[in-house]
Parts: sequence; structure tokens; C-alpha cells
Amino acid sequence: MSISRRTLLGAASAAAALPLARARAQGTPTIKIGVLNDMSGPYMNTGGPTSIVCCKQALEDFGVSGKGLNVEVINADHQNKPDLAVSIARQWFDRDGVDMLLDVPTSSVALAVQSVVREKNKVYLNSGAASSDLTGKACSPNFVHWTYDTYMLAKSTGGAMVKAGGDSWYFLTADYAFGKQLQADTTALVQAAGGKVAGSSAYPFPGTTDFSSFLVQAQSSRAKVLGLCNAGADTVNSIKQAREFGINQTMKVAALLMFVTDVHALGLDVAQGLNLTESFYWDLNDRTRAFTDRVKPKTANNWPNMVHAGCYSATLHYLKTVADMGPAQAKKSGVETVARMKRIPVEDDCFGKTTIREDGRNLTPAFLFEVKKPSESKGPWDYFKQVAMTPGDQAYRPLSEGHCEFIGKA
Amino acid sequence: MFMILGIPGPLLFGQLLLGLINGAFYAMLSMGLAIIFGMLNIINFAHGALFMMGAFASWMLLQYAGIGYFPSLIIAPLIIGVFGVLLERTIISRLYHLDHLYGLLLTFGLALVIQGLFRNYYGSSGLPYRIPDVLQGATDVGFMFLPNYRAWVVLAAMVVCVATWAIIEKTPLGATLRAATENAPLVQAFGVNVPRVITLTYGGGVALAAFAGVLAAPIYSVNPNMGDNFINTVFAVVVIGGMGSIMGSIVTGFALGVIEGLTKVFYPQASATVVFVVMVIVLLTLPHGLFGRRA
Repeated sequence: MSISRRTLLGAASAAAALPLARARAQGTPTIKIGVLNDMSGPYMNTGGPTSIVCCKQALEDFGVSGKGLNVEVINADHQNKPDLAVSIARQWFDRDGVDMLLDVPTSSVALAVQSVVREKNKVYLNSGAASSDLTGKACSPNFVHWTYDTYMLAKSTGGAMVKAGGDSWYFLTADYAFGKQLQADTTALVQAAGGKVAGSSAYPFPGTTDFSSFLVQAQSSRAKVLGLCNAGADTVNSIKQAREFGINQTMKVAALLMFVTDVHALGLDVAQGLNLTESFYWDLNDRTRAFTDRVKPKTANNWPNMVHAGCYSATLHYLKTVADMGPAQAKKSGVETVARMKRIPVEDDCFGKTTIREDGRNLTPAFLFEVKKPSESKGPWDYFKQVAMTPGDQAYRPLSEGHCEFIGKA
Repeated sequence: MFMILGIPGPLLFGQLLLGLINGAFYAMLSMGLAIIFGMLNIINFAHGALFMMGAFASWMLLQYAGIGYFPSLIIAPLIIGVFGVLLERTIISRLYHLDHLYGLLLTFGLALVIQGLFRNYYGSSGLPYRIPDVLQGATDVGFMFLPNYRAWVVLAAMVVCVATWAIIEKTPLGATLRAATENAPLVQAFGVNVPRVITLTYGGGVALAAFAGVLAAPIYSVNPNMGDNFINTVFAVVVIGGMGSIMGSIVTGFALGVIEGLTKVFYPQASATVVFVVMVIVLLTLPHGLFGRRA
């Protein structure tokens, strides 16, 4: 009898698939985590591959296999496009059986995905996006905002600026959900403290690289503080150019959202003296250093910032909750899983002990940093010195001011 | 303080000057595109990626070889120009007998591959590059503080633009180039190696993009996507100026920089769109562009 190559191949692949089928039949249901972020654009280094590394680090540290859990991590690039992100999320929930959506930077994208997760009753843990609307007008019982938000940035960085005498502001704002929200939150804070807003320029996002026109307008407004309501490469470009135009001599520059990864891109030479807020820094204490040492070999050129740390912390806490309630139960209802997550105390190496508030706000502390001078930096990524710390329960917008609609109804 | 259209005069002059500076980049990039299109009939979508490579080349020269800004203004364009020659010889030259569309698709694909490779190695946040010490600081020109580096950019761009224009329009070498575009077989019959002329032209256009990249490195974030933001505008500039017209692309480049700068004062949200509005108007009234020859 002659055996054709095709038969042989078929038989071989069937044999290879057998153990798989057996494993699936015996095991518990697989928990699937979908990391949805910018893998190729302006926010690739602030989230991107390092977020995935940190998510997987949580699986390792939790010891999923030792605890009898099957967990799988998949990822996709949303290219900062809300429509694309929504269709990926739908496909993940409907076809691929994803249970938890992680990271999702870019506020316009994060807001667009919110309703899909709620409709499908899954879990949505956002680390990358900033808009405080996510736990306000657009809040959801399926959602936790893990790491930071526009209100917290405005209060920490903006508050420090006003206290130091910066009572008139000019805003340079990326013209989309995040930039507008950050400007609104900072404006409210500045005005409440008795300051005023001298003017603002909203520039098209994405696609603007030259900010010189806006910088000259800001300069001629005679405001004391230039508030940058943008992120990533835009922030890097605007700080570079502000320095070029000598703005740092007449105005204080407030980079309202800036990560350690952006400081790395600018270089200390240009970034020195800037104030910025993050809820995590690798060199805060022994635990943060230990965490960074664990992930560093996997992401040597891009050390973790607060978004990455948030992905780790969120995944770890989610896994604790899943183990607590059982994977079958966790897969059934996103609302129930998130409610359970809010009841279990959160603790990890990155943020220490935190609590998740009723509206889905994780109350991480806000650290105000100043960027070191080149002469003060002692090693790679040694960029920040701590100026102040706002505890989690004071860092965020009070629950009553958020107007989150589901609170009190459940 | 005197006012023009409700805007303080000094602010308006400042914006005009800044527009001119941005226009310098548009002019240099669109000139390279116009030369390549005029001579090779290739719509070079990889131009933005090659501009980016120029900026990266100067960063690498500094980082790995300790070569500073001014030498790299010459060395980086040479390196990237040679890379362009290789691209043309090995890949692009195979498409000359096909429709424009194939060249466009090929170079677009090349741009994606190049950007992807750089992104893979260097991420997207960008790399720091210092303004050279002699060009640090700013000068008070009466109505604004003009950073010295920006003044240098305009100067360098104008010199390069005029020199390139003069080489192509006024020298025997340029005459050969232009003749080869008009009628290649005839020029070949005179003993000129036309394929080599074409290859060198592509290399030259690429070197211009790389030169602009080196100029851009100290003021823009050096990242793999930096060319993307320019390339769309630059294509609009080439279309408005008239496909293949070198003078057209230089003048239009500077002019559009100024128009864009003014839009940033009156209605910043439209500053990314205004160039395309101008393009639509020009195409509707003058389909060959402002300086284009009628087909």
C-alpha cells in the first residue's frame, strides 16, 4: 500500500492535536486577557510592547499554573483609531472569547470601547488612557481606571505650579478628547485657586510637529505658565521647541502628562527642571526596584513607566480575583468580577496598597517629580527626584463630583 | 502696539517668519520629490522615510562615531544617498516601464518597511539630539525672539534650493538631465549613459531628503514616524506647484509654510487642513499646478 504525502501530513497533524484536545477537556476554562494598545504610533513606548511584558510578568509572579489557572494573553494594535479598536474588541469578545481588556491608551479610543465592554458584560481595566470622564460621565460597572487620570494630573502638577506663584496660564492643547479634558480639569483647578487663563491654542491631533507658532502666541500672552495638554511625541516636540524659543526663561512649562519614557526621549539636558506627575517610578523604593529588575531583561531599552506598572498591577489583581471566585464564575459576568475586585484589597510591588472606589477609580498615590540635572543623574534612567506626594484618597476627583450614573442604583 | 486684522503686528510678523521656516522644510522635501518625479516619473512615497533616515543617520553618527552636527550635514546625506542609489538599482528601476501607480505602491511599501524596521529597534518615543553650541540661543529681531538655529535652517535651505535649481537649469550637467527626461533614446545615442544619470538623480533627490532630516533632528523629535507628518503636506506642495517643476516646488513650499503659519494664528484647528484646501482650489482652477507645464 502506498501512503501519499498528504495522508501522512494529515495523520501527523491529527496526532499532534490529540494532547491539546485532552488538556482542554481536563482543565479549567481558559481566561483570556486582551492587551489593546498602540503598538506602532506615538504612544508605542508609553504603552505598547512593554505593557504586554508587564502583563505577562503578573502571570509569572502570580504563578498561574501552580494555582490551576489557564491564562492566555493576546494583543492587538488599535493605531489610536476608535473605530478600529471597537471592531477589534467586538471580535475578541464574540469570536475569541476574551474576558478582560487591558491598557487601551488614547482617551478617544478608551471611551469608544467602554460601551462595547458593558454590552458584552466583560472586564475592562484601563491603564493607558487619561480622561477623567471614564469614571465620570462615561463610567461603567465593568470598568476600573487603574493608574492615573486628567484630574489627578491637573491637581498634582497644576496645583504645585499655582502654589509656586503660577497664577496665569496659557494652554497648548491636542484637539481631541484627552487634551480637552486635561485643559478643562486644569482650568477648573487654576480658577478655583484664584488664577486665570490668558489663552489657549488647540492644534490638530495627530499630525502637528511644529509648535513654534503657538509658542510665540503663548509668549506674547504674558502668562506665567505654559500648560501642555498633550502627550508622547507631541510633548517631546513642544518642550524641545519651547526651550529653543527661550520660553523656559520667561514662563514655567507644565508638562501635564509626561512619562519617564518621554524624559528619556528628550534627554536630561532639555528636560531638566520640569515638574511632572506619575503614580509610579522605578526608583521609588525597594519593591518598585525589585519589580523593575524582574521586567528589565525583557524590555531593556524601555523601562516601565506608570502605565506599564498599571498593566502589571491590574493583571495581578484580576488574577487574584479570578482565583478567588473561580474562573468559570469570573467568565460569566464582568460586572460581578469587577464588583469582587473592588472588595478585595489591592496590593503589589508597584503601587503598594490601594483601593478601588465604587465608580471604578483605583486610588493610586500621585507623586510630583522634578527632572534631575544631567550632573545629578547617577545611572541609566536615573531621572526623577520626588518633590511631593498626594495620597490616593486625596489625589482624585471626589466621588460626588464625578456624577457617575450607576452608583447607588445597583 | 499697532494691530493688523485684530492681531498685534509683531505677533503677525513673527508668524510670517515662522511660516517661512517651516516652508523651508517643505521646499527642500518637495524639491527632491519634484526632481525624482520629473526625471524618473516615480512618485516617491518613500521620501518621508528617507528624510527620517537622514535624521537617524546624524543621530547614529554622533552616538556611535562621535561625529558632530556640521560634518554630519555632509556625511549623512551621502550615506542615505548611496542607500537611495542601491534602492533604485535593485528595486525601483524594475518598474520604469509600468504605470506611475506601481512606483507609488512600491515606494509606499518600502516606506512602511523602513519605518517598521526603525520602530522595531528604536521605538517611537524619539531620540535626543542637541542643537550645536554655536547655534544655541536666540536673537531679538525687534518683533520676536528668533532662535539662531531656525535662522540657520532658513539660510541653509535657501542656499541648497537655489544651488539645486541652478545646477539643473543652468549647467551642462543639468541640460543632460533634462534632455534625458525628454527623450532618453536620443540622449543615449549621443553617448550618455542614461540609466546611470537616472540612478544618480534618484540618489541626489534622496540626499536632499536626508539633508532636510539632519536639519530637522535638533528641533523635532527624532522618531521613525517623523516623516509621516511631513509627507502628506509635501505631496500637496508638489501638486500645487506643478508636478515635476523645481522652481514651482520651492516657491510653493515657502508660500504654503506662510499660509499654514497664518492659519495657526486665526484658526489653529484648521492648520493641518488649509494646505489641502489650497490644493483643491488650485487643482480646480489650474489643473497643472501653479508652475506646471501643460501636457
